[in-house]
Amino acid sequence: MSLFDWFDNRRKPGSPNRESREREIADGLWTKCPACGVMIYTKDLRANAKVCPECNHHIPVYTQERIQQLIDLDTWLPINQTLRPTDPLGFRDRKPYRDRLREIQEKTGLADAVQTGVGEMEGLAAALGIMDFRFMGGSMGSVVGEKLTRLIEHATQNQLPVIIICASGGARMQEGMLSLMQMAKISGALEQHRQSHLLYIPVLTHPTTGGVTASFAMLGDIILAEPKCTIGFAGKRVIEQTLREKLPDGFQSAEYLLSHGFVDAIVSRPQLKATLAQLIRLHSPQPTAP
Amino acid sequence: MNTPVNRKPILLDFEKPLAELEERISQIQELADENDVDVSEQIHQLEARAVQLRQEIFHSLSPSQRIQVARHPRRPSTMDYIQAISDEWLELHGDRRGFDDPALIGGVARLNGRPVVMLGHQKGRDTKDNVARNFGMASPGGYRKAMRLMEHAHQFRMPILTFIDTPGAWAGVDAEKFGQGEAIAYNLRAMFSLDVPIIATVIGEGGSGGALGIGVGDRLLMFEHSVYTVASPEACASILWKDAGKASQAAEALKITAMDLKKLEILDEILPEPVGGAHADPVKTATILKEGLLRNLSDLDPLTPQELRRHRYEKFRRIGVFVESDV
Ligand SMILES: [Zn+2]
Repeated sequence: MSLFDWFDNRRKPGSPNRESREREIADGLWTKCPACGVMIYTKDLRANAKVCPECNHHIPVYTQERIQQLIDLDTWLPINQTLRPTDPLGFRDRKPYRDRLREIQEKTGLADAVQTGVGEMEGLAAALGIMDFRFMGGSMGSVVGEKLTRLIEHATQNQLPVIIICASGGARMQEGMLSLMQMAKISGALEQHRQSHLLYIPVLTHPTTGGVTASFAMLGDIILAEPKCTIGFAGKRVIEQTLREKLPDGFQSAEYLLSHGFVDAIVSRPQLKATLAQLIRLHSPQPTAP
Repeated sequence: MNTPVNRKPILLDFEKPLAELEERISQIQELADENDVDVSEQIHQLEARAVQLRQEIFHSLSPSQRIQVARHPRRPSTMDYIQAISDEWLELHGDRRGFDDPALIGGVARLNGRPVVMLGHQKGRDTKDNVARNFGMASPGGYRKAMRLMEHAHQFRMPILTFIDTPGAWAGVDAEKFGQGEAIAYNLRAMFSLDVPIIATVIGEGGSGGALGIGVGDRLLMFEHSVYTVASPEACASILWKDAGKASQAAEALKITAMDLKKLEILDEILPEPVGGAHADPVKTATILKEGLLRNLSDLDPLTPQELRRHRYEKFRRIGVFVESDV
């Protein structure tokens, strides 16, 4: 087999040794890109921050991988880990909220949809919040609101920049108006952070919608986004229903927001840490000349 | 104000028994008049029964019935209240960014001798007006106009009175294109920085982020039959129940009434409505609103700008229910 053939095989899922390949996918040795179908050696994929080297598709990553990708080794210090959601409204739809919470907590090992902490990026201290879309669609209830507010307050007190990786369907309906009010609470904390001349950078990832877009996602001093992620206020289906028309191509994509002036830059995930560190350095107070 | 006297009332389905009783009273009266019989005693009793029935109905409204009252086509609008409660008022237009949204209006006014800025969502008074005003669903330009007016109030040290009455912020292609999320977000943060008292009142429907976009204040008041929701019960039902027909169940579960929100410590004060709802007696309702606003303003008056901002933050800072355990 020539080297070219080997590359060909590596890229095409329909290659002759398909069965063994499928076994290797099952073993996790190889990963098929869900966008272009190319086969990627899983180790390489992980080294590339789970971005397809072929088509730049960003495969979703979650809390632990984000921390590994963004924070210098052994510098991560989680805060407020003991906050847990309750069921303040006694809410039940087809299933009680309590049961939903317990199931998703068992499945993900997370207490709620955001993890917060402080750590270093290229040696620069920062406060970091990471939303996790697996936990009820990254929805924002009391715990998400409280943890982000405490993170921002901690950053204000300790003169730290804040970075929030956004991924959310919006406010969590199961906590009713308590969820809506978290939008205001977090925005109030950001106002105090801003008054202290500290830097806040939200990173918008797939998807960032609803009440998160209408609050902290859009309040960055600088707003970054991952390529092709969906960013919007209203859901696409809602807009289609109210307007009874097809939406334009690329509507509510990161690229669409960039071209309309609502995002500063689109940054591929492998470059995210370096970009954030660069921005923090550029906004750090300079030592004055003696 | 709306003048309901010369217009046929618009009945809600749960008001039917009351309408039937009133119909019967007038029939009996007519019959008695024709036959020259004195039925004043019976009429008197039936009328007392009608008053009692109206009270019973309006004291035990379900959340979805309350939504009907909150969305009643004759319910007084922001403009109605502003005109009714202010000594003088001048509407101001435009967001200074290229838009003047008719779904969100505002201007400078005098309330009991004192200059204030008033603004709010504006629903239409009839179908044609409603189309022009996009049913009170504001666009980014509306939220930016509101912010511009609030900054004006801050600049000239005038209290801000906002009136919330919207099914939600407008969800359309243009709204997204011009940054609906950014416009609302900006207001949420900036309202914490204003040096003047802010009182927000839900006069009808408080629809989600579109309501909150002018709803960050030192006081949140709500009329008795108003509702305030994280998502419309219709949308909530279709997402969580996968059945839009379950809207009344969703309305129940979401805790959207003034009484519920008082219990959750989101709301500061419930403004009572005349029996039959605000539209049954708009003049009296406006008086209740005016008294409520003046009372709350005089509570806030002694506070310095720094105290106002700090209390405003602490008020929102407290909202949320969770458990914190030592593991
Ligand atoms: Zn690919």
